[in-house]
Amino acid sequence: MKRIPQALLLPALLILLVGLGYPVGWQLVTSLQEYGLAQQFGRPAPFVGFANYLELASDPTLWAVVIRSIVFCVVTATLTLVVGMALALLMMAVGRIPRLILQIALLLAWAMPVVAAMTVWIWLFDRRRGVINYLLDLIPGVDMNRFNWLEQPSTFFIVASIIVIWMSVPFVAFSAYAGLTQVSEEVLEAAQLDGASGWQRLKNVILPMIRPVIMIVFLLQLIWDLRVFTQITMLQDAGSKSGAFDLLGTYIYKLGTRAQDFGMASAVSILVLAITIALSWFYVRSLMKEEEA
Amino acid sequence: MTRIRIAKTLWGALAIIIAIAWVFPVYWMVNSSMLPTSTLESFTPTFLPFGGSLDNFAAALADGDFYSALGMSVAVTLITVFFCLLFAFFAAVAISRFRFRGRKSFIIAVLLVQMLPAEGLFIAQYKMMASVGLLNSVIGVSIIYIAAVVPFTIWMLRGFVAGIPADLEEAAMVDGLSRTQAFLRITFPLLAPGLVASGVYAFLQAWNEFTVALVLLPAESAQTLPLWLRGFVQASATRATDWGQVMAASTLVAVPVIIFFLIVQGRLTSGLVSGAVKG
Repeated sequence: MKRIPQALLLPALLILLVGLGYPVGWQLVTSLQEYGLAQQFGRPAPFVGFANYLELASDPTLWAVVIRSIVFCVVTATLTLVVGMALALLMMAVGRIPRLILQIALLLAWAMPVVAAMTVWIWLFDRRRGVINYLLDLIPGVDMNRFNWLEQPSTFFIVASIIVIWMSVPFVAFSAYAGLTQVSEEVLEAAQLDGASGWQRLKNVILPMIRPVIMIVFLLQLIWDLRVFTQITMLQDAGSKSGAFDLLGTYIYKLGTRAQDFGMASAVSILVLAITIALSWFYVRSLMKEEEA
Repeated sequence: MTRIRIAKTLWGALAIIIAIAWVFPVYWMVNSSMLPTSTLESFTPTFLPFGGSLDNFAAALADGDFYSALGMSVAVTLITVFFCLLFAFFAAVAISRFRFRGRKSFIIAVLLVQMLPAEGLFIAQYKMMASVGLLNSVIGVSIIYIAAVVPFTIWMLRGFVAGIPADLEEAAMVDGLSRTQAFLRITFPLLAPGLVASGVYAFLQAWNEFTVALVLLPAESAQTLPLWLRGFVQASATRATDWGQVMAASTLVAVPVIIFFLIVQGRLTSGLVSGAVKG
């Protein structure tokens, strides 16, 4: 009888060990081995200590990918947060009907499966018949006819960022709006009576009150914007597969599938996991704090 | 007063403009899916699907790979949903009805591992499944999906189980019901909304998943729907894309998802930021 809770946890624990635990362990071991093409054909993998990590640390390509991924992640997550917050404030400012229309629009965008959303966006940004080039071309003095967005890494990542922001803003906007509705009317009225302007009320009353929500939502965005493998892969399908268009996910995938270098791929994977766990730690800590409160 | 009213109207207009811009890609998918290729090939876009037809849907459905991908997606999704609910229900009961050593560590571990990205694991998952001959199999990909989805399902169900007072069940037992009867007649009906919400969440994750499927299902015959859909975009690199058909295919994949998503949306938001919204 005493072991009931442990028995109840057993199936979940087992599946987590098989599906996540073992792969993490295998990667830790493999990242310390030389595991290339020869090992694919059964040659034993020699232990090389931190050689893979050292090689990565001195690899300019990897550094470029890491920096690109972090910049992409931070910029996209920040813009998502700003736009999401702005939309949440807008929802507070308008009447019931415009609010409902905006909420339905955001929900529909949020509900789109990633792969379907990607096909639509690739079609919207299509060089020749895409609506975006057509509309931009209508602006006097702008010549966007047949402009290929996916040709240059700079515009490629702008497109990727726009798509990710489009997908992520609804979650931020709804969470922030839920937080805002909890801010009491009386406090706001009191601040207004004390002569606080709209901007002052936002900065000194509203934002501090919904800070916990904003922090959690921002951390989730950072974690999620590191894993944009699907989006980048599909944009590469429509554009170029060259290394200049890689973020960490696609970089690891290419190391594993093309170069068949599992030792190096594992080392980069461990790096990704380490970044994610470091970010998640803050997230879990703030959730647990709420849990105990 | 009038100045405030004008400001409110202007903000309302802005909200509607943003709403239209935001929903436009979804609208464009449906619009394009109904227009013939000749219309889509024109340099001037057609913004309303007048004179449209369902021919693109017929063409997408005539693609032989669609049904095999649909079968694969349905099989993987059903297995994932079933085992996720089962395992998560047990675990949720354990952490919300019992106090035991390691309970808090388990909750922390669950919250942490749900964040692990497939990008950081798929190389090892590929090697693991290859070594036991489970590449291109429903079982192999389902195991990974269950492991990836079960943590959040536990977290979601935990709230529901904790919300049902244990006294209720005990009172029913005092009234002469057995423990199983008490559970089935009292607790289970109260838990049903939670199981539905968690089940739909698991469905969405498994149905939409792309990354793991790409790695573990390399054979064309083993493709799930997201991989099938990607095939259209890939083909566009080499030959002229039939965008009407691609959009019809996207609509077919998206519609069930949108419907189910609207059912669970509220629960999803509160689960992810649970507690923090209480203010």
